[in-house]
Amino acid sequence: MKGSPLRKTAFWVFHYAVISLYVIVALFPLYWLLKVSVTPNNLLYSEGVRMWPSRMTLDHYLSVIRHTEFPLFFRNSVIVAAGTAVFTTLFAAGAGYAFSRFVFRGKFWLIGLMLVTQMFPLVMIIAPIFRMFAPLGLTNSLTGLIIIYTAFNVPFAAFLMQSFFDAIPRELEEAAMIDGATRFGALRQIVLPLTMPGIAATLGFIFTAAWSELLFALMLNSKQDTTTFPVGLLTFVSKFSVDFGQMMAAGVLALIPVCIFFFLIQRHLVQGLTAGAVKG
Amino acid sequence: MTVAIEQGPAIRLRRAWSNRAMAAAEPWLYASPAIILLSAILLVPLAIGISYAFRDIQLLDPASGGYVGLAHFREIWNDANFWNALSNTLQWTITSVILQFIFGLILAIMLNRPFPGRALVQALVFLPWAVPAFLSGLNWAWLFNPVVGPIPHWMVALGLAAAPENILSDPSHALWGPIIAIVWWGVPFFAITLLAALQSIPKDIYEAAEIDGAGPLQRFLSITVPFLAPTIAITLLLRAVWISNSADLIVVMTRGGPADSTQIVASYIFTQAFQRLDFGYASAIAVVLLVILLVYSALLIFVRQKLIKAG
Repeated sequence: MKGSPLRKTAFWVFHYAVISLYVIVALFPLYWLLKVSVTPNNLLYSEGVRMWPSRMTLDHYLSVIRHTEFPLFFRNSVIVAAGTAVFTTLFAAGAGYAFSRFVFRGKFWLIGLMLVTQMFPLVMIIAPIFRMFAPLGLTNSLTGLIIIYTAFNVPFAAFLMQSFFDAIPRELEEAAMIDGATRFGALRQIVLPLTMPGIAATLGFIFTAAWSELLFALMLNSKQDTTTFPVGLLTFVSKFSVDFGQMMAAGVLALIPVCIFFFLIQRHLVQGLTAGAVKG
Repeated sequence: MTVAIEQGPAIRLRRAWSNRAMAAAEPWLYASPAIILLSAILLVPLAIGISYAFRDIQLLDPASGGYVGLAHFREIWNDANFWNALSNTLQWTITSVILQFIFGLILAIMLNRPFPGRALVQALVFLPWAVPAFLSGLNWAWLFNPVVGPIPHWMVALGLAAAPENILSDPSHALWGPIIAIVWWGVPFFAITLLAALQSIPKDIYEAAEIDGAGPLQRFLSITVPFLAPTIAITLLLRAVWISNSADLIVVMTRGGPADSTQIVASYIFTQAFQRLDFGYASAIAVVLLVILLVYSALLIFVRQKLIKAG
C-alpha cells in the first residue's frame, strides 16, 4: 500500500462497501425468518412486506417448545451431527494424510474410487441401504444415521484435509524424524497442531452437512424418538397446512446449534498458525 | 548397526524386506478406516442399485424383480421429460457453480486482508452456510412470494416487473428462484475453502515478492493463483457434482414445476422413485446421470494433475 492517501482512502471505502453488501445479502433472509417468527398470525399477511411488524409475539416459540416434539428432534440432531463430525474428521484425516505424504501404488485408483462415491445420486442407494440396515437394527437408530452420514462425508473431508496437509512444509516433519521421532509421532506433535485450522473447518463443514440432511433421515427413521430436526420440520409443513409462524420459529431454533458451533470454530479459521510456524 | 552385521546377510535381507513391506503398507494403514467404511456403506449398495437399473423393481409389487435388460434405457431415450430435465440440470449446475465461485473468491480475498471488525464480518457472512439447505429453500420461497415477501415489490419499484408476481410461478424464469437460493447458501462454502487455502500460503513468499518489486496484481497472479489452483479445481469438481445431484432445494421450492420448467434429473429421479415407487426406472436414470458425471470428473482430475505438476 504505497499509494497516495486519497487512493488509500478510496480503496478502503470500496472495500467496506463491498463487505457491507455481502453482510446485508447474507443476513436479510435470516432477518426475514426471524421477523416472520415473531409476527402475530393475524398480521402475517396484512403486514407481509413491512420491515418489522407493528406488534410482536413469542407465541410461536412457546407453542413449538411446549406442544410439539421439536425439543426431542433437536436433541437427536445434535447427537447425529456431532457424532458424524467427529468420526468423519478422524477418518478423513487418516486418508488425507496418506494422500498428501505418500506416493504409493493404487493411489490414483483410490482417489478415483473416492470421487465415484461422490458422483452418484444418493437416491439410488436408499433401497439397498434400507435392506442392509434393517436386519442389523440400524433403521430407526441414530447410530445408523451417523454411520451413513460419515460415509457420505468422508471423501470430501479427505480431499479437504489433503489440501491442508499439502500446505504444511514436509521439512518440518522430516526434521523431527531425523531427530528420532517416528512418522506417527511427527504427525501427532508437529503436523496436527499446524492443521488445527483445517481440522476446525472440516468439523464445521461436516456438522452442518449432517445437521441439514433430510432424505435418508426421512427414509430410515420412521419413529418419533429417532426423528431429526429437518424431518420434523418437513412433517410439520405437510401435517398442519403450513403454519408459517410456528415453522419459522422452529427454523430459528434449528439455527441455534449450528450458529454456536460455527462461532466456536471461527477462531481457528482466522489463526494463521502455518505462517507463524514457518517463520518462527 | 554392528549387531546387524554380525547376524549375517540372510537376516539383514529379511529385515530390509519387512521394512519395505511396512513402508508400503503405511499409507494404506492411514487410509484403511475410510476405505472400509466407503466400501461397505456406499460401494456395495451402489452395485446393488446399478443392478436395479436392469430389473423391474416396483416397491409395492411383490411380483416385480425380474430381469428386463436394457428396456429402461430405451424408455429413457424416448422420454421427453428426461431430456428436458437434463438441459435444466446443465443450466442449474453451471450457473450455480460459476456464481458461487465468483462471489466466494471475491469474499475470500476481501477477508484475507486484516481490517477492523473482520472477525465479526466473517462470522456474519458465513452464516447462510449454517442454514439447512431445505430451510433456506423455504425461506427464499417466502421472499419471492408477493403476498408475504418483499422481493416482487422491490422488482416493481426498480422497474424490473410490471406487477408483483412470484418468479417461481413463471415458467421462463422459475429456475432462477432455486439458483438464487443455492448461490446464497453456497457462497460461504467456497469462501471458507478458498480462505483456508489463502491463509495456508506462507506469508514470506509475498514479502519476498514485494521486496523484489512485484505489484499487487503480479503477486496475485504469480503466487495466489498457482497456490489456489488445486483447491479451486477440487472444490469446483465436487461442488458441481453435489449441485447437480441435489434435489432438495428444488423439491422444496417448486417441486419441479411450473410445467416441469425447474425439473432437474435428480429431482426427476426422486419423483420416479418416491411418487411412482418405480425404483428400477429411477435407478436407470441415475446410472445415466452417473456416467455423465464420471466423464466430467475424469476431465477435471486430469486438469488437476496438470496443475499440480505445473505448480
